[in-house]
Amino acid sequence: MPPRASPRLETEFPFSPVNAIIYERFMHFMPISKSKICIVIPAYNEGGVIGNVLSSLKKGGYENIIVVDDGSNDDTYRVANSYTVRVIRHNLNRGLGGALGTGMEAAIRLGNEMIVTFDADGQHAVHDIEKVALPIYQKKADVVIGSRLKNRAGMPWYRVLMNILGNVATYMLFGIWCSDTQSGLRAFSLESAKKLHIRSNRMEVSSEIIREIKRLDLKMIEVSIQAIYTEYSLSKGQSLLTGIKTFFRLLLHRLMH
Amino acid sequence: MTTIHIVITAFVLFAMSRTFLRLREGEINKAQFVFWFVVWSLVAVVGYWPGVTQTLADFLGIDRGIDSVVYVSIVILFYLVYRAYVKIEHLEQDITKVVREEAISEFSSKNAKD
Repeated sequence: MPPRASPRLETEFPFSPVNAIIYERFMHFMPISKSKICIVIPAYNEGGVIGNVLSSLKKGGYENIIVVDDGSNDDTYRVANSYTVRVIRHNLNRGLGGALGTGMEAAIRLGNEMIVTFDADGQHAVHDIEKVALPIYQKKADVVIGSRLKNRAGMPWYRVLMNILGNVATYMLFGIWCSDTQSGLRAFSLESAKKLHIRSNRMEVSSEIIREIKRLDLKMIEVSIQAIYTEYSLSKGQSLLTGIKTFFRLLLHRLMH
Repeated sequence: MTTIHIVITAFVLFAMSRTFLRLREGEINKAQFVFWFVVWSLVAVVGYWPGVTQTLADFLGIDRGIDSVVYVSIVILFYLVYRAYVKIEHLEQDITKVVREEAISEFSSKNAKD
């Protein structure tokens, strides 16, 4: 009996039904083509760190990056432009929601199959991008939220508390539970991104995305991700006051629509 | 005529003239003009004959006439603040749309050149 040829999935997959099954089974272990993932980074006055974020993304093999400079007063635009990434600039500061919406819109118009939103303050780990993109790639979910609260290590207690409050507020207003509604690391399929209707301009956008997921009946998966809290990212984060303001704006949105 | 009558008359006349001017400039339509005209007229009526507020108070089950006016005013004010908030929110969203379109088209034209 001649020795069996070792299976070569990449080349044989489309032709053999057996290999198709193997492919289905082991797809988890297959690397996603990183060029198919479009990374959207909303940035406002992040000139000090965005360079590090962009170079670590580049080192991680991600080339398809859109930075939205949300009318920064510092050198965010110049720093971002010194990398080979797409940089879109708002003439006026519109807030997180506005910048995120612009980045998503540009990513949609460029026809990207997978869109991943990534914070500019360096709080996300590059290796988590694959984690959130995988369920989209496998068509197991329309939206993936990278949850920092499934693994709370390294997260200060008041951050945990703030996030829980944010989740409770989102649940009360929109009736959907998510363990980290305020997470900045999310993945969307092109179709779901097209359907999303983001109206809010500021921080409430995070909860609004959750609301849209419910309204559109999209399949959402939460994936545990790492949160890198540096002094910088903590100082940039939301204060209690912003949290309260955000809550009232969400309440207003609920009354408006 | 007491001081309060003079103040109210002056204020109502001023407010009505403003409303009329805005109608003439086309900033508000006739329906809005009528609404505001009625509002200012009511202010004048309450100023001159505070007794009429008792009717409202009795209807609402409040003891004093003047209290009912204060309560109703607060409700109306809250509503108007809410309306103003909603308007501002819509404006903000429209500004974002304009900024977004401009940013994306600027970006596309820059990309086309490259």
